[in-house]
Amino acid sequence: MSDAPQTFVLDGEAVEFSPGQSILQAALAGGSYIPSLCYHPEFKPHGSCKVCTVKVNGRAAASCTTPARAGDVVELQSEELQDLRKNLVQFLFTEGNHFCPSCEQSGDCQLQAVGYELGVVSGHYNPLFPTRNVDASHPDVLLDLNRCILCELCVRASSIVDKKDVFALSGRGITKHLVVNAESGRLADTALQLSDKAMSVCPVGAILRKRHGFATPIGQRTFDKQPVSALAIQKAQAKTTDEGTR
Amino acid sequence: MSEPSKKLRVATASLAGCFGCHMSLLDIDERLTELLEHVELDASPLTDQKHVGTCDIGLIEGGLCNADNVHVLRAFRRHCKILVAVGACAVNGGLPAQRNHLDIRDCLQSVYLTGLGVERGFIPNDPELPLPLAQVHPLHDVVKIDYFLPGCPPSADAIWQFLSDLIAGRTPQLGHGLIRYD
Repeated sequence: MSDAPQTFVLDGEAVEFSPGQSILQAALAGGSYIPSLCYHPEFKPHGSCKVCTVKVNGRAAASCTTPARAGDVVELQSEELQDLRKNLVQFLFTEGNHFCPSCEQSGDCQLQAVGYELGVVSGHYNPLFPTRNVDASHPDVLLDLNRCILCELCVRASSIVDKKDVFALSGRGITKHLVVNAESGRLADTALQLSDKAMSVCPVGAILRKRHGFATPIGQRTFDKQPVSALAIQKAQAKTTDEGTR
Repeated sequence: MSEPSKKLRVATASLAGCFGCHMSLLDIDERLTELLEHVELDASPLTDQKHVGTCDIGLIEGGLCNADNVHVLRAFRRHCKILVAVGACAVNGGLPAQRNHLDIRDCLQSVYLTGLGVERGFIPNDPELPLPLAQVHPLHDVVKIDYFLPGCPPSADAIWQFLSDLIAGRTPQLGHGLIRYD
């Protein structure tokens, strides 16, 4: 067997990958951004938001859960796929209550940043304006379900890293929602603490630290400084270099 | 007969908004003089002309919170070749839409009847007053919108970029830093 790195073709360009990498990971490491929301480099991919959908040999697949395979032909930037990603993000904006001007996460929000990246300028669909709960019972944490996009990152972090199982999803379809692990249904009666991993993975403003608002002014936040695409590529490449030198 | 004007005719309106987007338009500062070389204003709070005439571009700030907003929006749609939703409220309802999970009757009662400090209150019912809608709607819930310019408000630079593109006949393109939802 030759030692030459294996490659697949992404929009006509060869992309190298190492065994076990997903298409999304290999693309990011190679400098091509694939938008995503439920993907987090520290967790096993979940494939639920579908924003990272690409076509692999002509078939649509979530690139975060699809392993890179030598010789595969992957389509990323076609008009059809860009429209599909935009639509998915617009669905998320219109089925929740995302009022960015009053949200503490604005500027640090992955949903917002992916919207900017994809050129989403409106929700397009008629907004649902659902009635959803805000749980302010916890002394240190605010849980605002208006903004939850059901990515399950808090569920995964609380279960796998924190070993607390504070969060879970309940219900199906449009009634699906985040629940907390307490008889009372109140966040205050769970084991959640500020130091938990579950506190730092929410891509939107659903789980927020209290008394921390505007510590960083609007205009100086994560995605004010650079677009999500540049940041995601930087992070992935730093990780690859880190692993290479280990 | 006088030569027809070569300038683009632009109308603006503020519906359920706060005039912040109009202020942001004025914030393009000295670029206003350049803008006025290309456009002339029709109905607008800036001209105090109330009824919209035939226009090339209509810029609407604010969403729809009452029946009058809907009438004005429909008149703009009939008269403007290009209709633009400007700002968060026009694009997705914005701040006024934060009342959408409340019952309108409860809202009116708590403001005019049971609110703190209200004495001998009554819910205003003068026929001059437009009726509030049960929910606040973004513009595209009611008419076709050609372009959206998000932001609360969109920055002066975003407005300038947008209008420059539109005036030059290009599809407006806002890059990183100019598309903002907050």
